[in-house]
Amino acid sequence: MQFEVTKISLNLEKTVGVNMKSFKTISSFIFACLMFVSGAVFAQAPDQSTPPDALIKMVVTEVMATVKADPDIQKGNIPKIVDLVEKKIVPYTDMRRTTEMAMGPNWKKATPEQQAQLTSEFKNLLIRTYSGALSQLRDQTVQFKALRAAPDDKEVVVKTVVLGRGDPVPLDYRLEKTANGWKVYDMNIMGVWLVEAYRNQFSNQISQNGVEGLVKFLQDRNKQLASAKPAN
Amino acid sequence: MINAAKLIGKIRQCILLCVAATLVGCASIPAGAERSPRDPWEPFNRSVFEFNEGLDAYLLKPVVAGYRFVLPEFVRDGIYNFFSNYNDIYTALFNLLQGKPDYAFNDFMRVMVNTTMGLGGLIDLATPGGLDKHKEDWGQTLGVWGVPSGPYVVLPFFGPSNVRDTFGTVADLESDYLFKYVKDVGLRNSITGLRVVNARNTYYEAGDLLDGAAIDKYSFMRDAYIQRRAYQINEGRDDEEPEAPVYENPYQ
Repeated sequence: MQFEVTKISLNLEKTVGVNMKSFKTISSFIFACLMFVSGAVFAQAPDQSTPPDALIKMVVTEVMATVKADPDIQKGNIPKIVDLVEKKIVPYTDMRRTTEMAMGPNWKKATPEQQAQLTSEFKNLLIRTYSGALSQLRDQTVQFKALRAAPDDKEVVVKTVVLGRGDPVPLDYRLEKTANGWKVYDMNIMGVWLVEAYRNQFSNQISQNGVEGLVKFLQDRNKQLASAKPAN
Repeated sequence: MINAAKLIGKIRQCILLCVAATLVGCASIPAGAERSPRDPWEPFNRSVFEFNEGLDAYLLKPVVAGYRFVLPEFVRDGIYNFFSNYNDIYTALFNLLQGKPDYAFNDFMRVMVNTTMGLGGLIDLATPGGLDKHKEDWGQTLGVWGVPSGPYVVLPFFGPSNVRDTFGTVADLESDYLFKYVKDVGLRNSITGLRVVNARNTYYEAGDLLDGAAIDKYSFMRDAYIQRRAYQINEGRDDEEPEAPVYENPYQ
């Protein structure tokens, strides 16, 4: 927070000029007060300046606490899980970039409309399939590994390990620095990058049925998953 | 006893016939799909994959469903922990062979703790105690020694593999005490059966998840297997930690 204040005042100094010292002092004082108040109200909510490892820790901790405290989610109440994912996870992801990366060179072949469709359908597919995994959370704990990155890195990998019943599951998040803070765009589950695992599947589907075919396939699959009964 | 042996022989014949029948009717690659350079034997692999899928859907998965219905969770956990502890002995040896003495020591301590205080391995006290679980096999050890993986192969019953890991799997079975050296045939088969059911049980939910997530399950599993094995082989080597893949981005 201190860091944020200095950054803002430095910016002011540049744009407004050095002479407006009093204005600068007052504005940074007001700003500091605002930051303090908002910091007290949203103690846990990550903002644009949250470093990537802290962001992952906050989101993961909060999602796990919510799942563990909610018997409905543990029973596999899909609408509730989807709601949780939409509110607590999706804001910190960049699904458009995920889809773009998974599409590779084929991304250019898609019209802007198709790109938007693909992004939203792929997002829904991932939410549908992984919400089942969320409902399985019980006594698991997450180990956060120290971040290995230079301060000016635009891309980092945050490593975690999920411990619980069975074998430990390494779970890594790949984040990119954007204007709106760090955003997750790829995940590594037990050594497998999500985007990488979808690349061939996407390109196969496209070479068989075109981009439109992939859109249709994802739409059909999502409808099918939505109508299926929950597994447990 | 003779009857049982005969029956097993019959079952074996039957299974071999089924394998042969599926392999002859090679499953075709979806038209227009790009061939992966890592998978030159794709038509063959796809047919073995189909065979495994059928075996799983009609035999293994229903058996595991029954296993989950009959046995309470703590018993299943105990069975899981027992075999996990048994495998840790091998993992410790493999980590020694791979030149990772710190990992080997960790695994050895796990076995010590879980075998004594964990009642012969039924309870895993080592993991919450801070001794991480590792998993190593012959295929990974060969990989660490620099043996290339070779083309991707789907093995009947064992699933995704490659040429190196096929030799690894054979070596795993040959060096496995419970599979190879237990004298009593009936006991040995029971243990092997229980191990198979236990192994399938650990990804009972994950299997359903995969079915929903996959666009083409065959290539999904292949690409995941290739990545995962490379990751496992590089694991624990800080200097050679697997880098995140570079994606071709048309807009950069």
